[in-house]
Amino acid sequence: MSGGRWLGYAARRLAMAVPILLGVVLFTFVLMRLLPGDPAVFFASSPNPSQAELLALRAKLGLDRSLPEQLAIYVRDLARGELGQSLTTGQPVARDLLARLPASIELTVVAFLLAMAVALPLGVAAATRPNSWLDHLARVVITAGVSVPTFVTGIVLIYLFYYLLGWAPDPTGRIDVFIGQPPRVTGLLLIDSLLNRNPERFLAALKQLALPAATMALFAIAPIARMTRASMLGVLSSDFVRTARALGLPRRQVLLTYAFRNALIPVVTTLGMVLSYMLGANVLVEKVFAWPGIGSYALDAIVVSDYAPVQGFVLAVSALFVFLNLAVDLIYGLIDPRIGFER
Amino acid sequence: MSAAGPLLALSGLSLDFVTRGGRVRALDRVGFEIAQGEMLGVVGESGSGKSVTAYAVMDLLEPAARIGGGRLDFRGLDLLGADRARLAALRGQAISMIFQNPRAALNPIRPVGRQLVDVLRAHRPMNRAAAESEAERLLAMVRIPDPARRMMAYPFELSGGLCQRAMIALALACQPALLIADEPTTGLDVTTQAAIMDLLRDLARARGMATLFITHDLALAGDYCDRIAVMHAGQVVECAPTARLLAEPRHPYTRGLLAATPRSGSRIGEIAAVGGALPDLTREDLPPCRYAERCERRRPECDAAPPPLAERAPGHAVACWRAA
Amino acid sequence: MKRFWRDARHVIAANPVTLAAFVLFVLLVGLAIFGPALAPFDPIASDVPNALRPPSAKHWFGTDQLGRDVFSRVIVATRIDLTIAVSAVALSFAAGSAIGAAIGYLGGLVDRVVGQLVDVLMAFPLFVMAMALVAALGNTVANIIYATALINLPFYIRIARAEVNQRREAGYVLAARLSGNGPWRIVLGVLLPNVMPTLVVQMSLNMGWAILNAAGLSFIGLGVRPPTPEWGIMVAEGASYITGGRWWPALFPGAALVLAVFCFNLLGDGLRDLVDPRRRT
Repeated sequence: MSGGRWLGYAARRLAMAVPILLGVVLFTFVLMRLLPGDPAVFFASSPNPSQAELLALRAKLGLDRSLPEQLAIYVRDLARGELGQSLTTGQPVARDLLARLPASIELTVVAFLLAMAVALPLGVAAATRPNSWLDHLARVVITAGVSVPTFVTGIVLIYLFYYLLGWAPDPTGRIDVFIGQPPRVTGLLLIDSLLNRNPERFLAALKQLALPAATMALFAIAPIARMTRASMLGVLSSDFVRTARALGLPRRQVLLTYAFRNALIPVVTTLGMVLSYMLGANVLVEKVFAWPGIGSYALDAIVVSDYAPVQGFVLAVSALFVFLNLAVDLIYGLIDPRIGFER
Repeated sequence: MSAAGPLLALSGLSLDFVTRGGRVRALDRVGFEIAQGEMLGVVGESGSGKSVTAYAVMDLLEPAARIGGGRLDFRGLDLLGADRARLAALRGQAISMIFQNPRAALNPIRPVGRQLVDVLRAHRPMNRAAAESEAERLLAMVRIPDPARRMMAYPFELSGGLCQRAMIALALACQPALLIADEPTTGLDVTTQAAIMDLLRDLARARGMATLFITHDLALAGDYCDRIAVMHAGQVVECAPTARLLAEPRHPYTRGLLAATPRSGSRIGEIAAVGGALPDLTREDLPPCRYAERCERRRPECDAAPPPLAERAPGHAVACWRAA
Repeated sequence: MKRFWRDARHVIAANPVTLAAFVLFVLLVGLAIFGPALAPFDPIASDVPNALRPPSAKHWFGTDQLGRDVFSRVIVATRIDLTIAVSAVALSFAAGSAIGAAIGYLGGLVDRVVGQLVDVLMAFPLFVMAMALVAALGNTVANIIYATALINLPFYIRIARAEVNQRREAGYVLAARLSGNGPWRIVLGVLLPNVMPTLVVQMSLNMGWAILNAAGLSFIGLGVRPPTPEWGIMVAEGASYITGGRWWPALFPGAALVLAVFCFNLLGDGLRDLVDPRRRT
């Protein structure tokens, strides 16, 4: 599609993200009002705040004003990046989240790439060779993938690869403490260790990442492979693939350029969906592997009823979700030339 | 290649589809020939096996198809015996095909110019620039206005008629000796239909290309084809030069089709539908002549043995025991 | 009805897996009802000297860190896990189909807006939403049920809305309208019964997901509290011992979870084949 049309489409999609973000803000706001007890306590700097501090906080949070005013104040604080204090760490929630976000992103992205690398070829192979052993394997993986909870997968992997085989390192944290973290640039250990030209650290980080990423990937493979297989089967029986064959195009070109690219269109939607669910599954995987990301941060906070971090976590995940959806829509527009027209 | 022999010859082609609902006896001893540069019409109701025959020639049959017997010879090459690589090299190069519903037949997310380049480069050692200028020439050849701009167009941006023209350009890109046109005008409006048919005829004449024109429309085939083969329920029932077939149909089914075809000057009351329906091809007890159950002239001998497609007059073959 | 049984026989004959799933389903329901009576040991009685013993003739699934019998705990937990899932699914089914049918019938702007909203919600990381809800509402079993029901809601709204939309102008609906029935009567009395089969299939497919969600929540310490035997908690508690090679406290409840989810997924597929034979694969 022409650049101008794509830009117009992109602008419309961007505009649609705004109400979603507002909805999320409203959701967390309502959630805060639902909390049992006094919100001021949750934002206090210590578990036993003085009366003066509480009064000051109430005034600051605007708890003495009307609901619409409170909402306005809430939005203003969010815009300034003020998410309150964490009781557990004693730090501003925004700072905590930023410090831990790279761990979650690294885990999710690596797992996602891994899942795609397995699921897309598996789905294509299953569709092009129905009833072959690959097709049967795909079916087993798909059925198992939707039935096995991520935390059970994680534990089974730990038992197999750490305890029985001894291939994986101690399943705790992002890197062996004796090797230590590389100097922080992006916060992504794989990238930072490479920037630091330290292959030993890179390898250590990769080893540590392998099991949690595999756990998460196993969860993601099923829906991607299922969609790829179904979509590819549909496209392979379509008129234009028949045409491509009748015109004598090479098999490789028929399968990859003609069939696969078309089959990818619905798969992209599934990819966005899967990535979004992976943000949720993060919490479980991070708990199993003591992975210091935002999910385990929120969990530590929930257990001690420290609500500001939980709220910050929900907002962070929602923002990521909106961003992801936007990215998916834009990629969609790039793959499918028809898209700018229909809407 | 010998100029004397036919370009494509089918003989005794039988084909079944093995489905969960049983064996579908789709083709029964189908045979006809097509000479170089000739336009042969294959006419019949939907389900009569026209398209299946074409797919058999193209080696595009679905996996459920089982060829029971017969021969397919293209320029003396036995298509059923040839290995798949040999057949794949023929497709798009020596034999090409166009389809009904042209918009769906084109890759929806690839500009038509790119699709032309793909075909050209699949068969010819060409660099991209040469292929692109050739593609543009081909679009002009099929009378697409403003071909340079249309190179970048996606199928959804073109009308049905333009899509079919682009499809014809794709099929003719490598100068095939035989074009199979499977209901190429179905779904197009009448004016476009005539334009596409004229284009096909002109291009075929200019290149000496043979055309196998598949249609349910006997009148349309009558307007454009040199010869016509009539199919019914997987059997060729009659095959003759067009003028002869229209003037002196020998098979009762052809007569029925002709009576059902509106022609200029015919009044509503004169148009009659062909009685009955195609027999269920999964039946175990299909009569030897598959038209027998719809036939008003059925006799005991019709149920005894299948009528051979026999030449009753020069170039006029009929598969009916009762045909004189 | 006769046709239903014929179809049922066909589905089961063609797909013995569905039969296996059905047998498993009966077993699960049996355990949920009679579990406490069947368990050989008291599921919460600790016996610390016998902690973390591997599976044996006496303790089939071994003992956990407090010496409790894992087998008995897995059996007794069936009831609470199924109760949470069933209640959550029933709630979202009732609310979702009513909302979906109503907006599908009314159509117009409300329908479009809610439709868009539901599409967005379905793509949202729903587990995170459930987490936040339970954290805010309070850490109880009831709240786990509400949260699970809420995140399942969009699926039912969407299906009911689409199905009702399709049938809004159907002959029998027009007939009901002409004979003077109000919109509520038409939605509840005429349309809902007609879209019921599709919704029931969705319910069965949803059960597995509800079980996963509820177990996930209790795995991270929300909802059910120790020492109550529940599969998610048991996996969480057992997880600490897996690095030491003591797999039984975590993997047996984990396997029970997988089996239950698997059973409902297969059953849902089988039911779908029964209700909608065209989609039989």
